[in-house]
Order: sequence, then structure tokens, then C-alpha cells
Amino acid sequence: MTVALPYDSAPKFQDYARPEMLVTTEWLAEHLEDPGLVVAESDEDVLLYETGHIPGAVKLDWHTELNDPVTRDYVDGAGFARLMSEKGITRDATLVLYGDRNNWWAAYALWVCALFGHPDLRLLDGGRTKWIAEGRPLDTGAPQRPRADYPVIERDDTRFRAFREQVLAHLGQPLIDVRSPGEYTGELLHMPDYPQEGALRGGHIPGAKSVPWSRAAADDATFRTRNELAAIYQAEAGLRPDDDVVVYCRIGERSSHTWFVLHHLLGYPRVRNYDGSWTEWGNSVRAPIRRGENP
Amino acid sequence: MTAGAGTLHPRLQEIAEDFGAVPDKERLQLLLEFSDELPPLPARYAEHQDLLEQVPECQSPLFLAVEVDGDGTVHLFFDAPREAPTTRGFAGILYAGLDGLGAEEVLNTPAEFSSQFGLQDLVSPLRLRGMAAMLARIKRHVREQRA
Repeated sequence: MTVALPYDSAPKFQDYARPEMLVTTEWLAEHLEDPGLVVAESDEDVLLYETGHIPGAVKLDWHTELNDPVTRDYVDGAGFARLMSEKGITRDATLVLYGDRNNWWAAYALWVCALFGHPDLRLLDGGRTKWIAEGRPLDTGAPQRPRADYPVIERDDTRFRAFREQVLAHLGQPLIDVRSPGEYTGELLHMPDYPQEGALRGGHIPGAKSVPWSRAAADDATFRTRNELAAIYQAEAGLRPDDDVVVYCRIGERSSHTWFVLHHLLGYPRVRNYDGSWTEWGNSVRAPIRRGENP
Repeated sequence: MTAGAGTLHPRLQEIAEDFGAVPDKERLQLLLEFSDELPPLPARYAEHQDLLEQVPECQSPLFLAVEVDGDGTVHLFFDAPREAPTTRGFAGILYAGLDGLGAEEVLNTPAEFSSQFGLQDLVSPLRLRGMAAMLARIKRHVREQRA
């Protein structure tokens, strides 16, 4: 049994709805040796971890580890328990996730872990970029963590996840499309620079507001302050504090980042990530689509 | 020695066999070695980035240039950031496998060669298509310069 780690009391975090969901690089450097802490890196580039990672950090790969290898779905309870056990992560561990590109994939990994209700999940504010920019140590060795005995917990898809049928029923209520402007209008059938992961039809789900996910990140890859986020999602996109929100992108990774911002930082009680996203909706027969700049 | 159309040139074949001979984890390590061994651009390109062509199919920035000598020898030049080791690794495989070969030998490399390294389950298919796109562009340059 390990003792829970203290929360990071950084002043910036105290304005967020759930300050305990973030840690600063200073906090992590100070607690790196604490028992009960596991750091996991999740990147867009599958080799980046091998070039150097935060000392002791394990690698969590979205493509090969968090997805079911056959069905388009995440691993099930048994698969997740096996994965966490192999990585040496216990159910009572404080799991701090970080990664490249503004924590894009780290937020995705965190969202998947949240589907299994891992109790203590945190994100490193600024991720890999900030850790390296500050000249903090990196290590290329494989961490030696003893195998853990993670219990089989079934995935809860009701709280944070939305499926196509639920999105159809949600039409008319708040939706945030976090893709690039060109994908939103329907001009592009794919993410800029990612040509083949496309859909047959372009555009957005009717009623969805466009807020590209990376607007929530500052230049140093940290999250924008609560006031700045409120200006974007409330003043600009018009979300009201008690809204039930569905977010989506192309496969649900970029929208995990926005899910984190809306639920944990701005405190929206009900935010679901539609991971089928545009690669399902834009290929789906008779799914309603709107093109152009208007929701 | 010229490989026939549809088969890998022995140099590329040898690299594919090296990848095939090791377990998954070490395969990524091997890809990282190719990333590390990719030579830097010579000054004539480093100072004139505009002479390089971007390969937009790659998820991370990748630029390349191709030169074909009077005797048909192909020279390859790649530029990719250190923060994109997977893309660099693919460029490294192409460099190690094709640089210095004859134009015909490069053109005979099968378009689906990227499936020969056992990386399908380790790297997303999207990225592997990036490697195929690099080869397609290299071949196009070789054809244009030979014409």
C-alpha cells in the first residue's frame, strides 16, 4: 500500500475546477523518486520515448497498447489490467502522464485511463516540451519496475464517451469540433499533413462550434489560464456552465485534450468524447453533415 | 548486380532481414539507429532549404533532394528534425538501402517495400505510407533527371 502523493499547489492551477489533475515540471522533478508515483510518456511519434524520456518513466503507446488489435475499440477490462500490470502500475499509483505536441496523446491516454476509473490521474503541464526546454534530465534506459497486480475493472463508457447513436440523439445540444478550420468547413477530408486518414464526406456535425484543440495550449505547451480558457470556450464558443457537451475530432485523440480542458479545467459536469469522430461520421450513411463556416 | 522489378535490391533486402531477425522491441531500437545514422545535409542544401522538396504525406516535416550523376548513380539527401525520430528512421532506411545505387535499381524498388520491415504492428499504417510516399517522390525525381 502506498501513500497518496500531495497535490501540486502551484497558484495557476488553483483557478481550475480540478487543480489536482495537473502537476508542474518543478513538482514532478521534486517527487520523481517518491514511491507510489508512476510517470508515463505517450507520444505521437512512437520512437520519441526511446530517444530519451523523463528518468523512470514508462512508455504507453496508444496505437499498439490502448487499442484493441482487431475491433475498433479500446482494450477491455482484462486487457487494461494486463497492460497496467506489465508496466508496473498499481491501482493506487499516482499516474502522471506527459507527451509531445502539447500533451495531445498524453491527454488521450489519460482519457482512456479515465474510462477505467483509475483513481489518481494527472497530466504534466507543458509535457515533454517544457521538461526539455528547462534542461531537465532525460534517460534512455528502460525502467525496471516490478510487475504489478492491477485488478480487472470493466470500462465505463457512459460517463466520458459518446457513440454515434448518442451523438445523433444529442443534435441540437452543444458540440465542439476541435479539428482544423479546413476540416471543419469540409474543404479538407483529412488533417493537414495527414492525407490518408480521411473520410468520404467533408464538413462537420450540424450545430458543432469550431474550436481547434491547440488553442487551449500556450506557446510553451502549458494549458492557458482559466480566464483565457473561459474567454475561448464560454465568451467565444458560447458554452454555458452547466452544458452537456460532446467533443470530437478525427479519431478522438485531439478531442481528448479538449475533453480534459472542459471537464477538468473549466469544470463542465458532463463532457463526452465521441471517439468515432469524423472517421466514423464522415463515412456513415445518412449521417447529417453541414459544410462551410457556420455551425 | 541488378535486382529484378518487384524484388528488393540486395542492400534493402539485407536491411529488411535485419529487421525480421529481431523481436518487436529491438526492431524499434533498430529504427532508432537508422534515425541516428541519417547523415546531415551537405552545405549546398543546408544553406538552400528551398532546393529540397517536402514530403507532405509524412506526419512530421520531411524534406528530400535527389541527384542522378552522369553515369546514373543516385544520391539521396534528407532533412527531418530530431524530434521526429520515426520519420527520420524511415529516411535512414531509404538512405542506407538506396543511396549510391543505379537509377534502374532505385526505380525497380517495389512501391509496397515498406511492408517488408515488420513494422506494421509497431508503427501506425499512416506513417508507413509516409515511407512509401518518400520512395514515390524519389523515383519521380530519378525519372525526371534521367529524361
